[in-house]
Amino acid sequence: MLSGNEAVALAALDFGVALGTGYPGTPSTEILEYLSAHGGRAQWAPNEKVALEVGLGVAMAGAAVLVTMKHVGLNVAADPLFTAAYTGTSGSLVIVSADDPGMASSQNEQDNRRFAVAAAVPMLEPADAQESYDFTLLALELSARWHLPFILRTTTRVCHSKTVVYLLPRERNVLVPHFEHDIRSRVMIPSNARPAHRRLRQKLAELTQWNEESGPNELVAGQSRLGIVTSGVNFMHVREAAPDASVLKLGLTYPLPLEKIRRFATSVDRCLVIEEGDPYLVEQLRTAGIAVEGKPEMYRFGELNVTRVRRILVGDTSPEPAALPGKPPTLCQGCPHRIVFGVLKKLDCIVAGDIGCYSLGALPPWEAMDSLVCMGASIGMGLGLRHALPADEARRVVSVIGDSTFVHSGIPGLVEMAYNPPPGGHVVLILDNGTTAMTGLQEHPGTGRTLDHAATGKIVFEDLIRSLGIPNVTVIDPVAAPERFEQILVESLASDALSVIITRRTCLLAAGKIRQYEQSNV
Amino acid sequence: MSNRVVNIVVAGLGGQGVLKASDILTEAAFAAGWDVKKADVHGMSQRGGSVRSDVRFGPRVFSPMVTAGEADFLVVLAEDQVEPHRDVLRPGGTLLMPDRIAADRLPNRRSINVALLGVLSRGLAIAPEFWQAAIRNNFRENLHGDNLHAFQIGREMA
Repeated sequence: MLSGNEAVALAALDFGVALGTGYPGTPSTEILEYLSAHGGRAQWAPNEKVALEVGLGVAMAGAAVLVTMKHVGLNVAADPLFTAAYTGTSGSLVIVSADDPGMASSQNEQDNRRFAVAAAVPMLEPADAQESYDFTLLALELSARWHLPFILRTTTRVCHSKTVVYLLPRERNVLVPHFEHDIRSRVMIPSNARPAHRRLRQKLAELTQWNEESGPNELVAGQSRLGIVTSGVNFMHVREAAPDASVLKLGLTYPLPLEKIRRFATSVDRCLVIEEGDPYLVEQLRTAGIAVEGKPEMYRFGELNVTRVRRILVGDTSPEPAALPGKPPTLCQGCPHRIVFGVLKKLDCIVAGDIGCYSLGALPPWEAMDSLVCMGASIGMGLGLRHALPADEARRVVSVIGDSTFVHSGIPGLVEMAYNPPPGGHVVLILDNGTTAMTGLQEHPGTGRTLDHAATGKIVFEDLIRSLGIPNVTVIDPVAAPERFEQILVESLASDALSVIITRRTCLLAAGKIRQYEQSNV
Repeated sequence: MSNRVVNIVVAGLGGQGVLKASDILTEAAFAAGWDVKKADVHGMSQRGGSVRSDVRFGPRVFSPMVTAGEADFLVVLAEDQVEPHRDVLRPGGTLLMPDRIAADRLPNRRSINVALLGVLSRGLAIAPEFWQAAIRNNFRENLHGDNLHAFQIGREMA
């Protein structure tokens, strides 16, 4: 029994990847941890863009690599993604995009199948842990064969559901990395990129043909009255909600096997597409002139399940029973962030927030966070508020960001602050609890330990920030000295200078583990 | 019950052992020869929020999630989590709560999750040896005694 994430990691090991890299994010985090725990080489990158660039380098060297992230991570990695499709790979490069329909733990429910089309990067969608294993192996093989990066698009229910997995006994690939100059294929100046784009479209045409004939698409024969086209975990809901229907389950969903789907659609009286999120398949099929029925708009929101598929089958658009709210999460008793948010609330600050445990400062009893958009946005948005608000309000603006998020994408924000300071200055709080707490206590470049907790170089935030020329940099333990923290914040807000206050106190959940790591690293 | 899928939902708060209980149940059902699927929603559970884990087993299981109104058993570790999850139970389905266990008989009060598995085990076609093996596989050795004992207490109280 394996979760989808564990199955992805095991397939990467069984294929013989040289490296797994990524940035933690629910529901993708466990992949690299499992890879590392089972003898693979895995490391956390500061963010997803860097992870994909490292991965592209590994693949350029002729080796195999797995790059993991949550769906919004692919936004950060989008820049290398789009041009990696042009350069292609010498070895194998598979990018796991773990989507979160229903937003169990995310700020949006973007549908990354759109990214595959936009970037022209082929995409596989597993339906359970068995397929997570099989499709990871397949993606690594196809990547080597077509010299293209592949996206493995999973969803929360695939990542975190455990199902029975049969492993394939196979020889691990022993790829011998080496470098060959190939400037025309890899240096994407316009004169090289123009033919590269044509090569990419040619590869996709060949891959489409392969997908039509031997792609991982499964036909379940059933009644001709109803045919359903589906992919991913939705296949499981469909088999249960409509056990007698004919089903075409798509595994390689970009580029699509349109002729195979066309034949299926004409073989049934009613052809319905069941997909979570955006009407991606419906739009592609209709554009190709295949007459299919989609789901009513209300089912674009949230994840699907057997009940919702049954409703779609009969066209039921009556209001769904509202789920009773469970108990919301909250900051732990004794969490150092509690003190910080208590002070921010007391001083009636305007708080540009960020992503992490401290997002919970937006909930009662504090309700002391006024924005949360994406990783690192607190600093830029805080500066924007400072630039635009009248002086008396601008003076109350504070940016609040965690340590891992600061490394991920907060640093360019601080550079902006040093370069374009607002007239009344600005105050940034870095809530440094020494871990990536929200995703389950992962290491990052500011902890001085690698993914498997071994000692490595450590980014010292205060040194980095002072080197940018920001005059007021203070480090304080908010638990040991709450009054002093409040006083420093009041003084910083009153000043027209730029200030960064680092509130440094180890996360309660991490403290014991960190002591163990430090002892074993001595 | 041999030809149909058995649906169980385990619910509670972060830190109560919901996922540990569903891991043990999943492993025991698998060892007993069933196809099994288990779906968790993690994410913010570490911060004390609601946690729910769905386990389904039978000859062939498709969806990993238990459909509302179709659970045979709802095992709840925190009383205030009964209402948010009550709608998963089918008519005639069984609700199991901590009040089924005399907590003072447990060697360790944290074992309430395993004790409730003992109660649950009476209603499932999974032999005790599979449960015991799964309990051993999911705890460090120094916790085997307490948890096996808690399971037995639950079985007796069923």
